[in-house]
Amino acid sequence: MVASFINEWKTEFKKRWQLYIIILLPVLYIITFHYIPMTGAVLAFKKFNIMEGIYGSPWAGFKYFKQFFDSPNFWLLIRNTLSISIYQLAAGFPIPILLALGLNEVSNLRFKKTVQLVTYAPYFISTVVLVSLVIQLLSPRIGLINVIITALGGQEQNFMGNPDYFRTIYVVSDIWKVTGYNAIIYIAALASIDPSLYEAARVDGASRLQKIIHVDIPGILPTIIILLILESGKIMSVGFEKVYLMQNDLNLVNSEIISTYVYKIGLLNAQFSYSTAVGLFNSVINLILILSVNRLARKWGDIGLW
Amino acid sequence: MVKHINLKKKNQSIADKVFMFFVYVFLWGSFVAVLYPLIYVLSSSLSSPQAVTSGQVWLWPVNPTLDGYIRVFQNKQVMVGYRNSFIYVIAGTTINVAITLMTAYPLSRSEFKGGSFLAKIFTFTMLFSGGLIPSYMIVKDLGMIDTMWALILPSAMQVYFMIIARTFFKTTIPQELYEASGLDGCSEFKIFLLIALPLSKPIIAVLTLMYAIGHWNSYFSALIYLKSQALFPLQLVLRGILIQNNVDLSSIADVKTAMELEGMRDLLKYSLIVVASLPIIIVYPFAQKYFIKGMMIGAVKG
Repeated sequence: MVASFINEWKTEFKKRWQLYIIILLPVLYIITFHYIPMTGAVLAFKKFNIMEGIYGSPWAGFKYFKQFFDSPNFWLLIRNTLSISIYQLAAGFPIPILLALGLNEVSNLRFKKTVQLVTYAPYFISTVVLVSLVIQLLSPRIGLINVIITALGGQEQNFMGNPDYFRTIYVVSDIWKVTGYNAIIYIAALASIDPSLYEAARVDGASRLQKIIHVDIPGILPTIIILLILESGKIMSVGFEKVYLMQNDLNLVNSEIISTYVYKIGLLNAQFSYSTAVGLFNSVINLILILSVNRLARKWGDIGLW
Repeated sequence: MVKHINLKKKNQSIADKVFMFFVYVFLWGSFVAVLYPLIYVLSSSLSSPQAVTSGQVWLWPVNPTLDGYIRVFQNKQVMVGYRNSFIYVIAGTTINVAITLMTAYPLSRSEFKGGSFLAKIFTFTMLFSGGLIPSYMIVKDLGMIDTMWALILPSAMQVYFMIIARTFFKTTIPQELYEASGLDGCSEFKIFLLIALPLSKPIIAVLTLMYAIGHWNSYFSALIYLKSQALFPLQLVLRGILIQNNVDLSSIADVKTAMELEGMRDLLKYSLIVVASLPIIIVYPFAQKYFIKGMMIGAVKG
């Protein structure tokens, strides 16, 4: 049994060894830059000593995890990370659906194409450019928003310096950037709805709104559910790039999140073990979240990621 | 009865008209909300420094001038960043596309023994990572800190793009073709290079654009791995100027008053935003088409 299995492998390998050669380099890549760092995460359980390296350093047990859980930063980071992502999900998730449903109603193809082309464009703008655009538009005195506010007789605001505004600025600018992109998948889902359903709705004398409620939305509901489930799997992994650029000393109370904290304590303050522990804690939470969420997606929508 | 139906129809068409009115309001609203900031930046970049600081610009350029752009192109830091970014885009994307195809192709072949196991090894990295510090350590151990390689090799492949490419191979290249080529005595190398690759031009275009735009826009790897300004990609230079407000004063030293200096600084920022986004604007017509294509292939479960 085992022998025949090995033999089968041998002949297969002889026939197709070149395929293994093709994939050799990518395998080396994935080991070097992904799997070795994964084993390097044991650093979280060790007291790092630069002379001994990751694997030679003495064990420290759960010391750094305890240190993190006991630190006042722990709840602050969890709160900030969660509130940014939940806010973003609640405000940002429905808008692409509305955009897709709206575009689907338009019969003027030229208008439809133009709106799509324009709303999709900000997706390609870099984070650095996006954030600087936001800072320029919101800047005190010369920023467009403040010019409008003072013209209307209002009080000038220091938007970037006020922690209360941080989340809203983050979420609104994100909506501005990704709505057009996120609408595409719904537009495609709408296009694939069976035309006979529209015909039936027309015969029944349904209004446009009724047609949306009874045909369009049920038609794209599986897509909506899957995307919602997948998005909620990401609530503990707010990206570093944009938050870090938007941070300043004044808004840090609301803007410090796990990923920026890991960067600062690890690379700027050189507390390697502690930083690795915080990062590992976050990775494990994310893994658990995405696995459970994928399970849900399979159960409800019969569609999983893998 | 007939009258009743007509009445109903009439009410309906009024309701539909009201409804469509709101749809158009929403769509026009979204259109303007996205477009306006872009026009505002473009117009500001073309206005005089005084007009920018005094808030006169609201739609079209005021006292049009190319001053901002001239100063951007005189800024040495920006030009070095621009050149570096092109190097990262070209070298990085070439490696990305090669590695991605070299992974996706074997994994797409049903005859490839152990392929499904290998595929799991690759996809698992999408779910779990060792984190920032261990990744930094390996780059450091390989002696790549503060070299151009640090921005190219650690991100040599995005597994998600590889899955898209694999789905493409699976769905577009018929099994019979492999079988026929095998019978003709083609080696696997030959099948890959002479049969599969020429048929995958569309996916190569998709991958090239997705990776190239990713390289052009990213700054994180540069932030953590680079120290020498001479190696900085444009985005990191932009961060210094636009966000940390480190304008190299030599390029605007001829400006005398503080007011003028501030105006010039803001003008420079607006022009810089436009100049930095120029390559993206140029490829956008292709990019939007190919990104949608990639997304659609990605949505099909491989």
